[in-house]
Amino acid sequence: MTVSRTAFPSPYEMTAPAAAEGWERLYPYYMVFQPWRRAAEEERFWFRDSQHWPTVVKPFETVVTELAFKGQGQFNTRHFVVPPAYGVTFRIHQGYVYLSPVAAPESRIPARAQQFLERAGYYYANWDRLLENWKGKVLGTIRELESISFGELPEVQPYEDIEAGVGLGAADALLGGYDRLLALCQRALQYHFEFLNLGYAAYLDFFQFCKQRSPEIPDQGIAAMVTGVEMELFRPDDELRKLARLAVELGVDRALTVPDPGEHTLTALSREPRGRDWLDAWNAARDPWFNFTSGNGLYSSDRYWRDTPSLPLGYVRDYILRLRRGEAIDRRLAELAAERERITGEYAALLDSPARADFEAKLGLARQVYPYVENHNFYIEHWTLGVFWRKARELSALLHRAGFWPGANDMFYLTRDEVRAALFDHASSWAIGVEPAGPGHWPAEVERRRRIVAALARQHPEPALNEPPRAITEPFSVMLWGITSERIRSWLAAPGDVGDLTGMAASPGVAEGTARVIRSPDDLDLLQEGDILVAPVTAPSWTPAFGKVRATVTDIGGVMSHAAIVCREYSLPAVTGTGSASTRIKSGRRIRVDGTAGTVTLLD
Amino acid sequence: MNSPYTLAFDSSAEAGTSRLGGKCTALIVMTRAGAPVPPGFVVTMDAFEALLDRGGLRRAVDTALAGLVADPGAVAARGAEIRCMVIDQPVPSPVASAVTAAYEELCRAVGCPDVAVAVRSSAEMEDLTEASCAGQFDTFLWIRGAEAVLGAVRRCWASLWTDRAIIYRAARGLPQTGLHMAVGVQQMVDARTSGAAVTVNPADGDPSKIRVEAIWGLGQLMVSGEVTPDAYLVDKVLLSTVRTTVSPKHQELVPAPDGHGLARRVVEEGRQQVPCLTQGEVVEIARLAKTAERQYGCPQDIEWAVDKHPNGSTDTGATVRLLQTRPETVWSRRPRTPARASHGAGVSSILETLLRPGR
Repeated sequence: MTVSRTAFPSPYEMTAPAAAEGWERLYPYYMVFQPWRRAAEEERFWFRDSQHWPTVVKPFETVVTELAFKGQGQFNTRHFVVPPAYGVTFRIHQGYVYLSPVAAPESRIPARAQQFLERAGYYYANWDRLLENWKGKVLGTIRELESISFGELPEVQPYEDIEAGVGLGAADALLGGYDRLLALCQRALQYHFEFLNLGYAAYLDFFQFCKQRSPEIPDQGIAAMVTGVEMELFRPDDELRKLARLAVELGVDRALTVPDPGEHTLTALSREPRGRDWLDAWNAARDPWFNFTSGNGLYSSDRYWRDTPSLPLGYVRDYILRLRRGEAIDRRLAELAAERERITGEYAALLDSPARADFEAKLGLARQVYPYVENHNFYIEHWTLGVFWRKARELSALLHRAGFWPGANDMFYLTRDEVRAALFDHASSWAIGVEPAGPGHWPAEVERRRRIVAALARQHPEPALNEPPRAITEPFSVMLWGITSERIRSWLAAPGDVGDLTGMAASPGVAEGTARVIRSPDDLDLLQEGDILVAPVTAPSWTPAFGKVRATVTDIGGVMSHAAIVCREYSLPAVTGTGSASTRIKSGRRIRVDGTAGTVTLLD
Repeated sequence: MNSPYTLAFDSSAEAGTSRLGGKCTALIVMTRAGAPVPPGFVVTMDAFEALLDRGGLRRAVDTALAGLVADPGAVAARGAEIRCMVIDQPVPSPVASAVTAAYEELCRAVGCPDVAVAVRSSAEMEDLTEASCAGQFDTFLWIRGAEAVLGAVRRCWASLWTDRAIIYRAARGLPQTGLHMAVGVQQMVDARTSGAAVTVNPADGDPSKIRVEAIWGLGQLMVSGEVTPDAYLVDKVLLSTVRTTVSPKHQELVPAPDGHGLARRVVEEGRQQVPCLTQGEVVEIARLAKTAERQYGCPQDIEWAVDKHPNGSTDTGATVRLLQTRPETVWSRRPRTPARASHGAGVSSILETLLRPGR
């Protein structure tokens, strides 16, 4: 039995996992803990962002990590000048992402406050107009991304180019396309944060007000008053329900409940007239709503509905089967909306009139800005990044065909600058008419990196690094990552502790059932009707799977995490941020989830 | 079949505090509102008046009280003298027969020939927002048979002049003469668990909370402070428990083995540290308290019991019974000063929130 620790290990004291020696050199120099920065790096407390990067990040994938924190930081630090907070700095350690929020220097705060009032004030005052503009910018970015293509270089330039006096070679488009791909990703991840922190700040203002008036008001009560009932993020799942109902109405449901639905199912449907009607509806829903990932948009391995029809078809089949059993598959929108109004009305009625006016004003703003916090996820993570990864895979496949690496998706074992080097290698050697060096250099190196990444993935990462602060008071860490003083204490507790688990009371209700531990979206098929979903973290794209489960338990995430929001939306109990449920609970174990109290009890 | 001297809780006759006292009025109001109140009846103030009017009792009492000083020795002597007079005075026969008839009617209604009842005061000044008068008068529990009920009613009347009641009135400058009292007679709940609930957080007056306190058995050991109750803090809107404090509960009060009166016993060790309510019961109690608050439009303090025999003949389906409700008297009179929150909405209030140190 090990005793509780008082601090997490320093990254400088940790040894690399077996077979992962030299992992540091897989990532850009500034993303890892460097020996010469040791004193400053050990001053900071770092917690692992298992909410967004639950698994090992491949070298190329750090593009998105980096651009995300660049965007996040930029809006706090440079655009809206959030007085007390700069951005969040990150490091990759042994393959995982660790974060540390950065406070603004005390002396800068008064001047920053003035700028914040003016700048953030402008955005709040013009929210709807700016947001409309935002949508246009994002759709434009998506169109530009779609226009990029990475094709084979020709044997010779087309004759027309000669006549037109173009004077540029095909490799030019390739190199330019790659730079554009990265630039558009950077652009999208700036847009991602343009409104996000302001949305959270307005929510926080309402949240703190409620906590001050009613010190022990459950977080889920506050969330229930703010979060919307109809949101674009739920649209993809709603489309699947509609398609399931339509299939039953048209009498083509039999063709859709075959054991392994996929592309062939669609082909079969196209042969019957009513099937074609259904396919029209399918194709209408597909664009844009099936730009939806099975993951969270931050990994190259994410599978998107539009490219992998077996995913949405599997969910459509589940919905049809439920319809046949006579179950209602619709979300109870009216009920949810009525409950939201009841809760709001009852809390409001407890306030005296000046406080009530504040309550209503803050709630009004929170409700106006909060839908963005949910819906951006569809536009950026699902749609824009979906196109980004698709194009990146295209490039990887091109260089794979040119002999640079053994697997079609092996480019992701390179950093973005190494990819640029490989692309130059490819382009220059094409131009000169010689063999590129890459096919001799990269295959062995990619194999070596593949082994390192696999070794890192086998390791259970530390939840945090260095000594924790005495108390976590930074509200965004609490709200977004579920990092509380209590959570840190439970992380420090001896591993293998027996007994029940506690976490955030994220969605009310009590349920008992069989636990099913799901570590990646590929395991979602293992879920049986009536199971309790236990996962390190869930993504919004798992939403249709929530139709099958009785309750959800996660290791990470606060009351505003996606699992929490989806569960409230689907009236399922949820406990989030348990720290270790997915390792302590084994599949098949009977458990009781109390989403009102925030406890998980191991039964039998 | 209500005479001027008794009124059943579920009677549709016009009720007013003037004849029924605060406690019984509340029980009638809550019965009409559909709350799970155990059945019973009120012995009205008119019955008490009839007693006082007989044989010069009123004058005798007034004389005994004349010139009384708040000296403990004098109070004890005069109080005992008055209580004897009240108890010895024969109850006027119309009153006695009305009480007997009402008790028999209750027995018929619940299907038990000698149903055990609680006999409690329901005085005029009791249970008002301004003065709680809590525990000033006597209560008699687990009383069976019409004869015993009448005896308990008399002792209840007499308890208007207990030493502590006289001193309480003297200390607050309340009149000692011209007092009235109704008495409630209510079917006993054989309680597995009993307790109280108040519809504000007593710690800070937060009106969004309900605090439920509970002990094993009947509630008297909690009121007397002999057993520290389990405590549950419940969010009033979501009806979810936000904090549970379990205390060791060493003793409990249960019906005496012979079916008359009560017995105190030691709670076996394995049960002392066990929460004496399920989460479902906590929610049920909180809901009941919330109903009472809604009914009265002001914070309430309720007493409740969880019936050991929920499927008894009188059952309304619920296992939690409402024994009484009265206005909460502490926070209702004190202005609450919650922690400062930023005013208004929008960027300046957000700025204030972002700059507030800590949380």
